[in-house]
Amino acid sequence: MEDIKMFENLALITLQHYWYAINALLGALLVFLLFVQGGQTLITRIGKSEVEKSMLINSLGRKWEFTFTTLVTFGGAFFASFPLFYSTSFGGAYWVWMIILFAFIVQAVSYEYRSKPNNFLGKKVFDGFLFANGLIAPIFLGTAVATFFTGSPFHINDLNQSFWDSPFRGLELALALNHYSTYINLSLGLGVFFLSRTLALLYFMNSIEDATILRRSRESLLKNAIPFVILFLFFLINILVRDGYAVNEQRVVSIESFKYFNNLIQMPVVFMMLVVGVFMVLFGILRAYLKHEYSGKGIWPTGIGTVLTVFSLFLMAGFNHTAYYPSTTDIQSSLTIYNSSSSHYTLTAMSYVSLMVPFVIAYIWYAWKAMNKKKIDAEEIENEHHIY
Amino acid sequence: MEQFDFTLIDWSRAQFALTALYHWLFVPLTLGITFIIAIMETIYVKTGNPEWKKITKFWMTLFGINFAIGVATGIILEFEFGTNWSNYSWFVGDIFGAPLAIEGIMAFFMESTFIAIMFFGWNKVSKGFHLTATWLTAIGSNLSALWILVANGWMQHPVGMTFNPDTARMEMMNFWEVLFNPNAINKFLHTIYSSYIVAAVFVVGISAWYLLKNREIALAKKSILVASLFGLIFSILTVGTGDESAREMANSQPMKFAAMEGLYYGTDHAPLIAAGVLKDDPIPENKDKKDFFFEIEIPSALSYMAFLDGDAFVPGIHDLVHGNEEQGIMSYYNKIERGKIAKQALTDFKIAKKENNQLAIEKLSAKFNDKEFLDNYFAYFGYSYFEDPHDIIPSVPFSFYSFHIMVMLGGHFLILFTVLLIFLYKEKLHQMRWLLWLTLWTMPLAYVASESGWIIAEMGRQPWVIQDLMPTMTAVSNIDSNSVIITFALFFITFTALLIAEIKIMLKQIHIGPNDGGH
Repeated sequence: MEDIKMFENLALITLQHYWYAINALLGALLVFLLFVQGGQTLITRIGKSEVEKSMLINSLGRKWEFTFTTLVTFGGAFFASFPLFYSTSFGGAYWVWMIILFAFIVQAVSYEYRSKPNNFLGKKVFDGFLFANGLIAPIFLGTAVATFFTGSPFHINDLNQSFWDSPFRGLELALALNHYSTYINLSLGLGVFFLSRTLALLYFMNSIEDATILRRSRESLLKNAIPFVILFLFFLINILVRDGYAVNEQRVVSIESFKYFNNLIQMPVVFMMLVVGVFMVLFGILRAYLKHEYSGKGIWPTGIGTVLTVFSLFLMAGFNHTAYYPSTTDIQSSLTIYNSSSSHYTLTAMSYVSLMVPFVIAYIWYAWKAMNKKKIDAEEIENEHHIY
Repeated sequence: MEQFDFTLIDWSRAQFALTALYHWLFVPLTLGITFIIAIMETIYVKTGNPEWKKITKFWMTLFGINFAIGVATGIILEFEFGTNWSNYSWFVGDIFGAPLAIEGIMAFFMESTFIAIMFFGWNKVSKGFHLTATWLTAIGSNLSALWILVANGWMQHPVGMTFNPDTARMEMMNFWEVLFNPNAINKFLHTIYSSYIVAAVFVVGISAWYLLKNREIALAKKSILVASLFGLIFSILTVGTGDESAREMANSQPMKFAAMEGLYYGTDHAPLIAAGVLKDDPIPENKDKKDFFFEIEIPSALSYMAFLDGDAFVPGIHDLVHGNEEQGIMSYYNKIERGKIAKQALTDFKIAKKENNQLAIEKLSAKFNDKEFLDNYFAYFGYSYFEDPHDIIPSVPFSFYSFHIMVMLGGHFLILFTVLLIFLYKEKLHQMRWLLWLTLWTMPLAYVASESGWIIAEMGRQPWVIQDLMPTMTAVSNIDSNSVIITFALFFITFTALLIAEIKIMLKQIHIGPNDGGH
């Protein structure tokens, strides 16, 4: 590390972009992995018999920790790289984050405890926890991401201490129906919810060997994909036509018409990623719906497309001189990648840590491959020692 | 003095204490039992004896039940720094955030990937791959402990950073100093070693119950052998790392050290209180008032423990508050004055920035780079928030009792493992019913000892969240106390319900035993 200076000589501004992109990628992976949550809201719809339900729950149960860990890492990475976002958003939108966290707390025990004898609360309560997590997490997380475009009420003092300017502690962002931006927030929240269910159906089709589950999943596919597409288009059109929060060389934030649309035009790579991402999402869904022999593979294009789309949305919100966490009550308090980041030294040290990410992805891929050689079927569920 | 909402501060502290103590009910077992399981599976792979496979799988089932609730209670701890301690998160996020992120990238993914193979991979991957996954699960969970303890060690003894008046926060200057902070290293080793004891007590406790019930004899004896050896080795190592921690504390946190020994007046040849009962919190000024109803002392042992020198002077609470010129100890009164000078410099800097007074900005910026100012004034920045030095004394009873309970129980575990091994070797363990009962009832004591360790570490540090730099009261989020009271209640209800579920499931699985395979 003394001799090879890979990150030390990079400008602070470059490191800020690098770390915002890493967080964006983690956020994008998180949205994809919310298929676990979507699946948790579909157990009784797709599974009618106990064995069917068990297959569904066990297929999700082997993946839930990745969603959970990605959320935790997303939080940790934001803390390390943009601590002012961490302190402002988490400390400010207190109730939003608390509700999300409670939804994940009850999820973490439910798989392991639901079918264990003498489990105190009963199977139905743990299954209820899974459903609640499946409903709350995508809607709230999606709504929170939308505020990267629509803004939140807060201000920051000269010691960089943040204050939330609404007594509802973030809930106003989803409940203040007299503000048009609330509908934009909710459209992404509900859009992510239907997307997570769509991804879950594709995941079931991919990982479970059962004709009935396959048939029911395919039947439900468009019922979830169509609301998703409508809500997503509503969101996308709205942010493309609305005013955005621009930041100039002097770090002064101002309102710019069509800011996010301009960002797409001025960042053609992001534009391409968004177009390719949306296309892949739709391609995977339609192909899996129309071509039976393809149904198990739909998760791949739709999953990758989801990651690309969400990644490009995050970049639209924070790159190209844009305030990624705008304040609606004190515009100069808006967070930009410049005013909210860690120091040059910390971002450099963290950049070395980020070199481990490909290695982490490699062993996850290797381990999954070893485990997924065979699809889950009824026989395995009956013979497995460790069962949810 | 600035206006602080003490209702908010107290409830925020209560919530953090509640969630941390609950989380810590499950972490030590995970840290230790994963290694015990890995050792058992290694014996299985080496010997091919299916009995060892059965034993491995049995403890794995219990581990899975514990792990789930550990994950559930753990997520809040990471986010709580933001939700409830947002001023803290900004002030130290540049340093504190990095270990947390590394923990996620390096440890959590390792743990969650390989745990899936450990539970579901028995018939899907080779024996060798499965064994590797089991070891990697153990290493992953212990690595996650490393990073959070590096962060905690830094709060106890901040190193490798500088203050940036522009951003009004501490900024990292040397990552390696933060990582190899002696406080952090000791804390990490002491915490994981003592956690291995908790896991060993858990295994011998349940095994003892089987012997008392005259069932699963082979499993119980084999498990006691592995766990007692494991527990004994780490009991000895825990004594060593505890000793190192005490020395580190005597140097960097002398007030905590004095409080945990109930030492009001410093002395050379300071005796160690082996056991004692404190009187009401006496005021350090009242020299005539006796501190203890009774105490058992080991002469000069405290001086030796603190400085490896039986003659050395160990400062008491009075010396720290009022200073001791003879020993070169600066009083808290003096530190408060100096802290206020440092704070005024920051205020002046902010005013100069607002007025765009370049001359003043340059002058004050230079001050924050001046070693003399940093060492003699800024080092006491946190003291500026206090008027009365008596507010900078931690609770002596809390510190004293939690420390002494921890140490006494540590001794008990060490003896217990030794005795278990002796009777196991003599093949008389099965008949020693009193010993088996004692072993069973030692289980809750292991948790008491482990939690006590955290109480001395965190309560003894008060009123600091970052030693000398940031008082706890300035670290909270700017929220209304009612919100925190409600979330406190929700956490209390949720975690208690989950704990009851965990214990009931665990007891049922122990009752079922390994033969039916459990679930």
